[in-house]
Amino acid sequence: MTPETPIRWRRKDLLGIAELSPAEIELILDTAESFSEIGERAIKKVPTLRGKTVLNLFFEASTRTRSSFEIAEKRLSADNINFSTSGSSLEKGETLVDTALNLQAMAPDLVIIRHAHPGVPHMLAKRIKAGVINAGDGAHEHPTQALLDAFTIRRHKGRLAGLKVAILGDIEHSRVVRSNIHLLNKMGAKVTIGGPRTLMPVEMEAMGVEVAYTLEDAIRDADVIMMLRVQLERLGRMAFPSVKEYFQLFGLTTARLAAARDDVIIMHPGPMNRGTEIASEVADGPYSVILEQVTHGVSVRMAILYLLSGVHEETV
Amino acid sequence: MAKNLTPKTTILDAKQMARIIRRMAGEIAERHHGNLGSVLLAGIRTRGVPLAEKIAAEIERMEGAKLPVGILDITLYRDDLSTVGPQPQVKGTHLPRSIDDCAVILCDDVLYTGRTVRAALDELIDFGRPRIVQLAVLIDRGHRELPIQADFVGKKVPTSQSEIIEVSFLSTDSTEQVRILERPTAK
Repeated sequence: MTPETPIRWRRKDLLGIAELSPAEIELILDTAESFSEIGERAIKKVPTLRGKTVLNLFFEASTRTRSSFEIAEKRLSADNINFSTSGSSLEKGETLVDTALNLQAMAPDLVIIRHAHPGVPHMLAKRIKAGVINAGDGAHEHPTQALLDAFTIRRHKGRLAGLKVAILGDIEHSRVVRSNIHLLNKMGAKVTIGGPRTLMPVEMEAMGVEVAYTLEDAIRDADVIMMLRVQLERLGRMAFPSVKEYFQLFGLTTARLAAARDDVIIMHPGPMNRGTEIASEVADGPYSVILEQVTHGVSVRMAILYLLSGVHEETV
Repeated sequence: MAKNLTPKTTILDAKQMARIIRRMAGEIAERHHGNLGSVLLAGIRTRGVPLAEKIAAEIERMEGAKLPVGILDITLYRDDLSTVGPQPQVKGTHLPRSIDDCAVILCDDVLYTGRTVRAALDELIDFGRPRIVQLAVLIDRGHRELPIQADFVGKKVPTSQSEIIEVSFLSTDSTEQVRILERPTAK
């Protein structure tokens, strides 16, 4: 009589993609689909999270992710407070646990955290009652980025299963790639990663992906190409001789795109280094969906805030 | 939804439903005579949507005017979201045109506490400023908790709080009828 009961969200936190089931991923993507309409209204605000408090803790620089969360929070009518590294008590010598306990004392409903060290969001999640959303922890996970990438792919291709997705660039320092591999594998896409050997950690093959060491091999017949930023600030030792040489070998140009499928889409989590990993003609070209990713990021984060805010300690 | 519920009576069958919806469509057409071009039907998810579609089809048959039908998902405007329990699914709102200066007729299957209609009104106002908003419901079962009343009512059904009105449409439930179900009393 009634259609099959849809699954309900029961996690207090969103810490990574690794622990999510395909059904949970689909629930987030479907919910985000409904929220995207709000961004097209004249009044871009719904009263859903009225009276909820969200803390945005960014212990690492971020423009896109932080403003995306902030906009998502405001469109849902939540009250938000921003903390960033400079000026925080951590700089004054407070331990992370003490920071967490102090935050808990302010009784927030949700905490968004980005931190340079993997596992910090997990530690926080265990210590506080509020729901915790990982906005990037070291080179470990960046679940909301992978979800907005999946949302963007689904919008263009109608599905994830069976697609060939090439992820290229600085694999070693990328949390985006790890979250994306987990997600795409779970949803039945075929992932190939490519980049210079010096930026390709050995454990990647164990994650169930193909590894290619030239750009052409990686993008052959690809439905989707994701370019990763070369994280110049994290390259302690020289992983390649020069930016110019990197661009010659791994930079995505129009000429090189010929190896991919005719309806390929090009993605980039941002910020882009034009002329390092991607040519301007590609970034601004007809296959690029890079700015759509940013738009969809708000819908996906609204969906996550909505779903998490319905889980209370008593029900966990 | 129909877990642990015992059916008591069928109050409307498909034929009676069709007759009532035809009468409601006639009333709406009469009330908006000469202005049908600015009327928009907005069905409240889930079963307000098939009701709105059926009313639109009847008005088209009678008057030859095809009224636009919108869909309102009031989930994000509910007043009970912070009570314990996982969030209900959001399926989205779609209004086919601007509602400014329109006559918007909200359609829902059952009018009970009035809280759904309150949420729908709040959502509607976020989309613009309609000339007038009216409410059409198939069943009015009483027990209002807010000062809200319907402009077009299919059937008034006195109920007790332990009863549930179940409206089924072919498009959503593969059968067409209205039943009263009884909630189990033992707790």
